[in-house]
Amino acid sequence: MSTSSPSPAGNSPKWNEIHGPHDPTGPALALGSHSRSRQARNHLARFLVWLAFLVALAPLVWILWSVVSQGYHLLLDADWWTHSQKGITARRVGGGAVHAIQGTLLQGLVTAAISVPLAVLTAIYLVEYGRGKLARTVSFMVDILTGIPSIVAGLFIYAVWVTTLGFQRVGFAVSLSLVLLMVPTVVRSTEEMLKLVPNELREASYALGVPKWKTIVKVVLPTALSGIVTGILLGLARVMGETAPLLILGPYTKSIASDLSGGYMATLPTMINQDRTESLQPAVDRVWAAALTLILLILLLNLAGRLVARLGSVRK
Amino acid sequence: MTSTSVTDEVPGPGRRPSLGGDRAGTGTGRLGDRLFGGAAVGAGLLVIGLVTLIGLFLLWKAIPALAGNEANFLTSREWQVSGDHPRFGIVEMLWTTVAASGIALLIAVPVGVAVALFITHYAPRWLSRPAANLVDLLAAVPSIVYGLWGLRTFGPTFVPVQEWLTAHLGWFPPFSATSISGSGTILFIGVVLAIMVLPIVTALSREVFAQTPVSHVEGALALGATKWEMIRTAVLPFGRPGVISASMLALGRALGETIAVTIIVSALAQGTPWTWSLLNGGETFASRIANNAAEFDSPQKTGAFIAAGLVLFVLTFVVNAIARVVIERRKAFSE
Repeated sequence: MSTSSPSPAGNSPKWNEIHGPHDPTGPALALGSHSRSRQARNHLARFLVWLAFLVALAPLVWILWSVVSQGYHLLLDADWWTHSQKGITARRVGGGAVHAIQGTLLQGLVTAAISVPLAVLTAIYLVEYGRGKLARTVSFMVDILTGIPSIVAGLFIYAVWVTTLGFQRVGFAVSLSLVLLMVPTVVRSTEEMLKLVPNELREASYALGVPKWKTIVKVVLPTALSGIVTGILLGLARVMGETAPLLILGPYTKSIASDLSGGYMATLPTMINQDRTESLQPAVDRVWAAALTLILLILLLNLAGRLVARLGSVRK
Repeated sequence: MTSTSVTDEVPGPGRRPSLGGDRAGTGTGRLGDRLFGGAAVGAGLLVIGLVTLIGLFLLWKAIPALAGNEANFLTSREWQVSGDHPRFGIVEMLWTTVAASGIALLIAVPVGVAVALFITHYAPRWLSRPAANLVDLLAAVPSIVYGLWGLRTFGPTFVPVQEWLTAHLGWFPPFSATSISGSGTILFIGVVLAIMVLPIVTALSREVFAQTPVSHVEGALALGATKWEMIRTAVLPFGRPGVISASMLALGRALGETIAVTIIVSALAQGTPWTWSLLNGGETFASRIANNAAEFDSPQKTGAFIAAGLVLFVLTFVVNAIARVVIERRKAFSE
């Protein structure tokens, strides 16, 4: 196929006379030209698929590069991890992000403390108890909750917390809106993990006369524990990077605040948002450094999640 | 307690014919079981209640503002929410939101499907897992970082592309020149959103592609199909419902994305003439709410923004419900 082109067989009558009408290479050549286009299409598809992968990687590398290269030098400064931005203007160099880091962690913790029991119980309901119409409705609602835009979650909590109940915009309200975003991801991951627990374990437990709730608490949950923890860490990583509800519910402040029920509280996303339009170099540097800190925090949670999943994979 | 409960719990003959199947029935009537089961059901009901409450609350807070609105909410381009004669409508936000999300899908779905094929069928074995993790990493980048990067780094390099489009394709209405000179255009948000939703498309698509029955794959190959023909005739048709629902989930995400869009897009002044150009600025539902979050001071104002949020909620609800229905139908089909 590669040595001779199909044109002599098709075009010149002499070729046929020399080789005879029943030349075995004739049809083979025809097939060859046909499969050559198929091969070409095959190669083209392979090329495009590889290209798509590289195109998808490009923004990742580019984003990480621009954040790391512009943000790393502030992170090497001890002040970054020990000081707040109190009294620091956009013009001045210095200060740290400890107020924002602390706020992000605190709000994340409270969010997790509310979301985890609710989400794990919902997942237990869906896997162990749920049947029929109610279970289908719950499952559907979890899907809808997954798709709720974060700004709508913030708006809803604002409508309840501020307009209806008349409270102030505080850290706890932010946590409440983040709960709406964290619950569905944790429900889904926990559900997947509970489904992986072999039914034989439950049956063995029942056969020993253990009540259902004890079976769930002592047999099913421990078996799925590492997977559940992974899901929680990944869900937490997701909500810690959220900004939209914080714009509505969590005004920024430059000083350290640890009261979730009163006063403003800084977080890393709002710290980035605060100075994003600033063109003075010290402020620009701080914005990138805060972005890098946030990415590191989220990556750390992701890595921890994956590590837990790997270490604890008892089932398999 | 344990010894008595154990003897109590031992099922009599014929009381429980199927062990695993009879999930709801096992162990009812015991205090611990009733409490624990009740808590589980309660959590489920709470989730239903939350979603219902979100819809109801937004509606409740939006209705007074809508009643006071002197313009048509669905067709007006104005957005004047303060004062005694508020006039506001959503048509401009709807256009910006839908156009940007549409562009995002046009880019993200083909690329995302190709990346999923790469991970499941083309990548060398050692690369497949790291490749999947890398693409997932895109989902871990917070959206505000996308916004920052889009505004400061990616945007300036995208401007020449837009200039080329207006110079050579400017006769085509979507690419006609506008007053916006920077990168805060609908087209550019579409591109950034495409990057943000890519991992969603890829994650779900690769899951369904990996589930393609081996017999289909081997059948196609045994008939002499090339790898691409095998993918076109076996993998893609099998994965189509998965790809559709992945696209819908991605669309839901793109419609509601807030902070990246808010940072990047150039808002238009009131009364700017209407154009179909994708190189125009604008505001999505989410970005308009976020931009004005500091000004929720009167119920009238707040109500107007909540009404916009309600429309966004309904939009994403519908899109996600479609995704869900498509997945469900596939499940019913494959069982």
